[in-house]
Amino acid sequence: MPDANVLPDATTTDGALLVLAIVLPAAGVLLSFVLGGRYAERIASVLLPSGLFLATIIFADVWQSGHPLIYIVGDWKPPLGIALRADGLSAAMMVAMAIVICAVAIFAHADFGTRPGSVEARAPFAFWILLMAIWGAMNMVFLGGDLFTLYVAIELLTFAAVPLVCLDGRAETLQAALRYLLFALLGSILYLVGTALLYGSYATLDIVLLSRQVRMEPATLVAATLMTIGLFAKTALFPLHLWLPPAHAGAPAAASAVLSAVVVKGSFFIVVRLWFDVMPGMLGAAGAQLFGALGAAAIVFGSVVALQQQRLKLLIAYSTVAQIGYLFLMFPLALDTAAQLQGGGALTGGMLQAISHATAKAAMFMAAGLIYATLGHDRIAELGGAARALPMTIFAFALGGVSLIGLPPSGGFLAKWLLLEAAVATGQWWWAIVMLAGGLFTSGYMFIVLSSAVAPSSEPLKLRVAVPRYQEAAALALALTSLLLGLVALGPVDILLVGRPDSMMVGPR
Amino acid sequence: MTILSVFDIGLVVLLLGIGASTIAAREAFAAVIGFVVYGLLLSIAWVRLSAVDVALTEAAIGGGMTGMLMLGAVARLRVAKGSDTRASLPARVAAGVLSAIVAAGLAIAILSPPEAIPTLAPMVMENLAQSGLGNPVAGVLFVYRALDTLLEKVVLILALLGVWSLAPDNVWGGIPGLRVYARPDSTLTFLAQLLPPVGIVVAIYMCWVGAKEPGGAFQGGTVLAAMWLLVMIAGLTSVPSISQTWLRVLVVVGPVIFLAIGLAGMVLANAFLAYPSGYAKPLIVAVEVALTLSIGVALGLLAAGPPERVQQQ
Repeated sequence: MPDANVLPDATTTDGALLVLAIVLPAAGVLLSFVLGGRYAERIASVLLPSGLFLATIIFADVWQSGHPLIYIVGDWKPPLGIALRADGLSAAMMVAMAIVICAVAIFAHADFGTRPGSVEARAPFAFWILLMAIWGAMNMVFLGGDLFTLYVAIELLTFAAVPLVCLDGRAETLQAALRYLLFALLGSILYLVGTALLYGSYATLDIVLLSRQVRMEPATLVAATLMTIGLFAKTALFPLHLWLPPAHAGAPAAASAVLSAVVVKGSFFIVVRLWFDVMPGMLGAAGAQLFGALGAAAIVFGSVVALQQQRLKLLIAYSTVAQIGYLFLMFPLALDTAAQLQGGGALTGGMLQAISHATAKAAMFMAAGLIYATLGHDRIAELGGAARALPMTIFAFALGGVSLIGLPPSGGFLAKWLLLEAAVATGQWWWAIVMLAGGLFTSGYMFIVLSSAVAPSSEPLKLRVAVPRYQEAAALALALTSLLLGLVALGPVDILLVGRPDSMMVGPR
Repeated sequence: MTILSVFDIGLVVLLLGIGASTIAAREAFAAVIGFVVYGLLLSIAWVRLSAVDVALTEAAIGGGMTGMLMLGAVARLRVAKGSDTRASLPARVAAGVLSAIVAAGLAIAILSPPEAIPTLAPMVMENLAQSGLGNPVAGVLFVYRALDTLLEKVVLILALLGVWSLAPDNVWGGIPGLRVYARPDSTLTFLAQLLPPVGIVVAIYMCWVGAKEPGGAFQGGTVLAAMWLLVMIAGLTSVPSISQTWLRVLVVVGPVIFLAIGLAGMVLANAFLAYPSGYAKPLIVAVEVALTLSIGVALGLLAAGPPERVQQQ
């Protein structure tokens, strides 16, 4: 039963911060559209850091009070109106995504920078507006307390993400973008049909109100299934991952980073909301095992295909397919004896995996972009000498890999540790085997890349361009964040449980 | 059997038939025509279900605007080589299986309805009076769930940006590649001179009446877009370049005013997107007017496509 803490009763103090987290990016998009490409970067460079600042305040607020922040939009309480809620999951994800987006913005200055006085150019104009839109859409995904508001959020996310894929206008990226669009729109439609069915059954789409009324009945099951399939397609969970590798590998480096690190986490987060918050008792043992099995298949398939890649960016993209699989292992592991999904170690592990993958993968895509820019290609076999030319970049790439493999003290280590612990505690040893095998595969493809990059080059390297130092620093900073994320175990990791109906509430500190 | 139920059964049979023939059509052009007819029939079905707002939207967006966009795509495909490539057999089988599963799921859900179907409609009507609106749909869109409506308009702008971003770099800021059929004294010219005054009045009426009766910004905006496209295609007015400031201002004016009124609500009323008591209706009408303009321009530009040539001075 939901706790008194999550009642959508009233706007809490500081609840207006949540409005700001949605209004700022929206205002940035509108303003940049009018003022044009000459100002879009400047607007983003003011708004994106303020977004990080805002997310940090919300995080601190939720952590210290131990209660979610709530804002009732338009002064109309659910079910008639919409509530925005920031619980521990939202606050943690908001901060993590804001960090990644800010780092991407710094990195992107080299490729999409605009000099004062220059005329508006296509790619920078689109890039900065889309980046702000992704930031706003993600905030809305994390804060939306209503299933239809979440639909609007993933629509925003889709329309912001798809044009990023084909920003450089090559024919194959257009094809990849179109394929992505088709998968994503299919996902939207299925999700929308599901929300309509739920509204028809319960006359509300508010997450808290729904969670009290939801019953095991055909319409609800059909709705949940359709919504889940739709969200899986958007998250690129195996076997609906076909769109991801060409889209993420073909985009410009800054766009790949934000697509792989941030965008797929949006639809994943809604899957978590749906099953952990709206209907924690509906998934059941069979459903949870199915989610886990799809995750396991993604890990094995993604890793094996990644091992066979000749191109660095495609390898990283297939690695994303595999790492998304880990996110779904938490479902069977979070199921308690009463077949309820519980917010405990498994959920914490899953969310940490999402955050550590976001930081590590963004760093790796940035590193790959720098390697491509310097060498003029990203063929893995011919990376010899890259470590000498770009030591900082290769180091960032390696640190990202450390987190993906799950070595201490990285965020990936803590995430996999928590998931393994849950697997042992619930006696589901088979998921532990999958995780360990996945770690081996990941070490395998990281080894292939790194051994090639640190090898001396057969002929003197012809460096195309000297990449700016701040780009390397942005990649390294994210990789270090991912590496040191494991240290949150000493501090704010329990924020993830704030506002969970089933957790023991931590009192005010 | 009453005459109306005969009509309904006929409508359903027709809908299924048109739907099947649209899928079976081998020519893309024929399929699009089927799709447009399907949309118009569907809007009649919505009228029969007393959902006039949905019917108007379906006719304007589902049948009209989407049909226009698809006709444009077909025309482009004819020019491009390899337009007759059909989807591979596995892709078609997969699409068929997925559709069948979704249809079966919906059938299960709809054929076993709960005993009492819950609804928020009474609650919506009860609270509508204090906003001064008469149309419950407008109430949901602009009072209770204004946040969703506001952000949907931002989605429309992102869609437009997505289309523009397909332009080649060297024509950025140029003129969209809308085909112009400028032949003097043709029927098209005649229609393009005759219809817009009527269309503009209809659009204003739809926007104005939306507060009380079915109608509203989206339907009004679509009519405006259609009129604008008509005069552009007939060559009576030039297609503007996408770098024009007035154009960009018109695209965002609706969401900007909506956002500003929403923020003012934090100070003047109790919350973001709340209206000060007594001023709800005039403010909502102001938002709707601005949104009608923005939607009209954005839809027109979406149909006009990405820039294709540089502006000649």
